[in-house]
Amino acid sequence: MGEHTVASFDEDLAQISKLISDMGDLARLMVSGSTKALLNSDNTLAQRVVSDDAIMDARQRELDDRAITLIAKRQPMANDLRAVVGSIRMAGDLERIGDLAKNIAKRVGTVGLSVTPRDLSHSIDAMAQLVLIQVQGVIEEYAAKDASALAKLRNEDERIDVKYTSVFRELLTYMMEDPRNITACTHLLFCAKNLERIGDHVTNIAENAYYVLTGSQLPANRPKQDETAMSAPAA
Amino acid sequence: MNIMTEASVEQKLGSGTNEPSIKMKGEKVSVHYGEKRALFDVDLDVRENQVTALIGPSGCGKSTFLRCLNRMNDTISIARVTGKITLDSEDIYDPKIDVVELRARVGMVFQKPNPFPKSIYENVAYGPRIHGLARSKAELDGIVESSLKKAGLFNEVKDRLLESGTGLSGGQQQRLCIARAIAVSPEVILMDEPCSALDPIATARVEELIDELRQNYTIVIVTHSMQQAARVSQRTAMFHLGYLVEEGATDKMFTNPDDKRTQDYITGRFG
Repeated sequence: MGEHTVASFDEDLAQISKLISDMGDLARLMVSGSTKALLNSDNTLAQRVVSDDAIMDARQRELDDRAITLIAKRQPMANDLRAVVGSIRMAGDLERIGDLAKNIAKRVGTVGLSVTPRDLSHSIDAMAQLVLIQVQGVIEEYAAKDASALAKLRNEDERIDVKYTSVFRELLTYMMEDPRNITACTHLLFCAKNLERIGDHVTNIAENAYYVLTGSQLPANRPKQDETAMSAPAA
Repeated sequence: MNIMTEASVEQKLGSGTNEPSIKMKGEKVSVHYGEKRALFDVDLDVRENQVTALIGPSGCGKSTFLRCLNRMNDTISIARVTGKITLDSEDIYDPKIDVVELRARVGMVFQKPNPFPKSIYENVAYGPRIHGLARSKAELDGIVESSLKKAGLFNEVKDRLLESGTGLSGGQQQRLCIARAIAVSPEVILMDEPCSALDPIATARVEELIDELRQNYTIVIVTHSMQQAARVSQRTAMFHLGYLVEEGATDKMFTNPDDKRTQDYITGRFG
């Protein structure tokens, strides 16, 4: 893509794009930090993730301001318009990923106090790895402007959903085995749900990024495999 | 419970079964000014009761094409038009066509408001009178009033119809020119940058007017304002260096154009 006749327009767009990439990096650090803190009962790391969330929020507010100002000042069209509107939406999803990572981090103390999580959290570790690959992937593919990789990545979310279902069942089993596990397992279940939600936000980002790059929307229905809702007793 | 049938959903979504018919059609339209070729084999349809916007950088041929649609290029001695342009399937360059009558059917509004140095009333009455559209003074008064009303100007000028048209503000003058074009009951109205000399409020009023006029007329507008094209038109045609680059639904052209030149132009990367 060539440069704008008005050079400061390019600078404005570049700043927005830089903010998205900063927020993406921060989101990745927060997700990896929070799961690592959870698995190692590392309270210091958990604290850092909690404080990182304030930075994430500030970045999002800055991006919103810049995007709104750019629209008012430049009236962007076509790919520029898609990039700006897409950035606002992606920033919203990245901010939510930050919130969910913070929520995992906040549970670290509670889980660690009751039982050693290492025995219970093995599957969560595997799930967290899947989520991290997705978070990392979506940031990299957007930076590389690879639309087909984004479409593929979006479908990969199914694996997280499958994993979530198995974690759900596993934790349920531990709870039935020994009621003393219930507190820790419930917290871990929330953590697993948060990871699953992070996966969904990555999916949203991939969809937005795809639209920004191509101008067309991915088909509405993607594979969904969360069976935990179905295993609940019928009301 | 309100279950929509598939057919009614389709109707709600307005999926294009009833596409507007083609009012004017250009086929392989080329224009030479002396030795210089200004337009290269342009194929473009103008659809009935729609606003078609022609955009592109200066010198791209958009005004040249617009002027072909009512044979305004005939007034330039060195201009030569080839190809075919039809109005309701009738060749407008056919020697049997009465050019004066053609220009009554295909009216024009220019960039700079150019009212006649006559009264507001006379500005509007002039066309219907020379075309013999009114048989009595009362009928002519009726045409003047309804034209000024359609142009959204009547309430502002009804007490001073006999004052000079050139004494109005720029925006009012432009609406007077639109009223003048409407007065001869055209089918198509051509507008060559009708708002470029107007302030934002006057521009908004003309844009609002264009949207209303679309109900009864077919409109082709040349504009340098991308936002204006996006706001007022249903179809957009992009010209560059005398070629028609791309034509399509306005919504798509301004969010996701197919051609890189269109993309570069509307996003401010050249032109």
